[in-house]
Amino acid sequence: MSTTVGVAYDKARAEGRAALVGYLPAGFPSVDGSIAALHAMVDAGCDIIEIGLPYSDPVMDGPTIQAAAQQALDAGIRTTDVLRVVEAVASTGVPTLVMTYWNPIERFGVDRFAQGLYDAGGAGLITPDLTPDFAPEWIAAADARDLDKVFLVAPSSTDERIALTTAACRGFVYATAVMGVTGARETSSDLAGPLVARTRSAIEASAPGLPIGVGLGVSNGAQAAEVASYADGVIVGSAFVRALLDHPGDLDGARKALVALTEDLARGVRS
Amino acid sequence: MNAPQDAQYDADLHGWYGGAGSFGGRFMPEALIAALDELEVAWQKAMVDPSFLQEFEGLLQNYAGVPSMLYEAHRLSEHAGARILLKREDLNHTGAHKIRNVLGQALLTKRMGKTRVIAETGAGQHGVASATAAAYLGLDCTVYMGEVDTERQALNVARMQLLGAEVVPVTSGSRTLKDAINEALRDWVASVDHTAYLFGTAAGPHPFPSLVLSFVRSIGDEARRQCLDLTGRLPDAIAACVGGGSNAIGLFAGFLDDPEVAIYGFEAGGDGVDTGRHAATIFAGSIGVLHGARTFVLQDEDGQTVESHSISAGLDYPGVGPQHAALSASGRASYLPVTDAAAMDAMALLARTEGIIPAIESAHAIAGALEVAKERPGETILVNLSGRGDKDMGTALEYFGLGTAGERA
Repeated sequence: MSTTVGVAYDKARAEGRAALVGYLPAGFPSVDGSIAALHAMVDAGCDIIEIGLPYSDPVMDGPTIQAAAQQALDAGIRTTDVLRVVEAVASTGVPTLVMTYWNPIERFGVDRFAQGLYDAGGAGLITPDLTPDFAPEWIAAADARDLDKVFLVAPSSTDERIALTTAACRGFVYATAVMGVTGARETSSDLAGPLVARTRSAIEASAPGLPIGVGLGVSNGAQAAEVASYADGVIVGSAFVRALLDHPGDLDGARKALVALTEDLARGVRS
Repeated sequence: MNAPQDAQYDADLHGWYGGAGSFGGRFMPEALIAALDELEVAWQKAMVDPSFLQEFEGLLQNYAGVPSMLYEAHRLSEHAGARILLKREDLNHTGAHKIRNVLGQALLTKRMGKTRVIAETGAGQHGVASATAAAYLGLDCTVYMGEVDTERQALNVARMQLLGAEVVPVTSGSRTLKDAINEALRDWVASVDHTAYLFGTAAGPHPFPSLVLSFVRSIGDEARRQCLDLTGRLPDAIAACVGGGSNAIGLFAGFLDDPEVAIYGFEAGGDGVDTGRHAATIFAGSIGVLHGARTFVLQDEDGQTVESHSISAGLDYPGVGPQHAALSASGRASYLPVTDAAAMDAMALLARTEGIIPAIESAHAIAGALEVAKERPGETILVNLSGRGDKDMGTALEYFGLGTAGERA
């Protein structure tokens, strides 16, 4: 049975705060290591988990996530391993999404993957290189199983594209705060606020109640607090990966770093 | 520069070739959709604007040396047992067909008011062409090139640098052309407001396959006319090498509506298709999505891109343009592999029989044409000699053991 991310957003909303969405690629530093790391993030306060499916040609990812995904691929991660990680994380009760480039899903079989994800208790997919106008097969497979469909909007998106995208989303819409690839950034973006405002007005017309998560560049509690002031969810990826990369072979140190980062971010979304 | 003659071979509004959902499309991050839409609109307007077309054609004639000649290769024909005609794109400025595409896209960049271009390159030919067009039009230019390719094509790196371009070695993934495309796309996501991406081949997300075709289709239009002038009839067969496939689609476009003309695309067979070390994407790959389009891809069971292998950097790409995928699926064109060894033999043969040193990419087309000639003795085969071999002398020197005076290959 899968749990939609809507449940986590509703809970956060009821508590008058934003939801914290944490990302790690499956299989990094190992399949079991990624499960342990994600469990630590759940225990320390992530409301929603995004599990990356490592891919050979990740055009939206910066060097940090590329390095982690490459490490997972070099160790031989398979799509079925990713579903095993989903199952282990979703069993905690925290809504669990897979973030994936499109080709591995198409190759696995769209319907077969949707069923595998559903059986593993996964909530749905975030698709960084698949827009709703090229997603009829995924939309049909997701709708048949009530899976979340998280598409992205960008500062460059026209109002028409934002309307089209939000109307196709289920769970939340992913607003990319900057024009660029994934990776921690020193300063917060001045593009995110206006994008969220435009997305908010599209949602009022076409998808009432759809939460907006903001990602790309957030790496600490202060940035999380700023984003939480105008968004429903704060998405953090590269900073978690960095915490693991900085502690190679040191499981205890890595775990402590992940927990400290999660707690800092969790305070941020509550301030 | 005529409008496409037969809608059967053109993309629909969403960039699908061969029917909705089949080949092509636009599998891209939302952040780039606005830029692709802007490019599509600007390109469509330009292609019906006489002043743009006039400027483009003028530049091709007075700067790039186009139209290239159609040359009858008598001694090679004698060897092959068929009449072989060579479309001499190797004589264009910068040494390959690539200059046509790049001048078109760079003019479009100026027209759109952007000041910087980025490009990916494998062999370096597209990078050199991009750097050339950028220098000519006063644009900033950054070229992404796999680290492996910067080593085997050091001469072209130097050429780009001399032309004022910045060459960025790409160290991610397999450090070849596909990774250079990834890195260029990452740059573009962050720079799209002032930067145009000069895509080097007729692949990638819509509108690139159609846009690139519109700038290179003159290869086929010229060749068709020149062949009629020279021989009084159409060729029996045409041949080109296929990596991403821009020189091939440029040639093929001129003959798609001539069903009596057989069409052959020759892919890089590397060490041999059965060794797994090759770049024969259509012949030995499977359908997938790579770099924004659904097409044939070299991939594993999980959809991870598999590294391609070829002695020729320009063909060393695990994807292929979607129109070639559609032409293969419809049966209009045949795509066959040519091994490294056969291509290098053909390079030497053309040099010895005609005094023409081809690019190793184009040598694949020559080698393929020799095979076609066996099946079609006495017939006329028109081959696109897409580039010259100067850039490949390092590879040839090593392969043939050349460079020591007193010896012969």
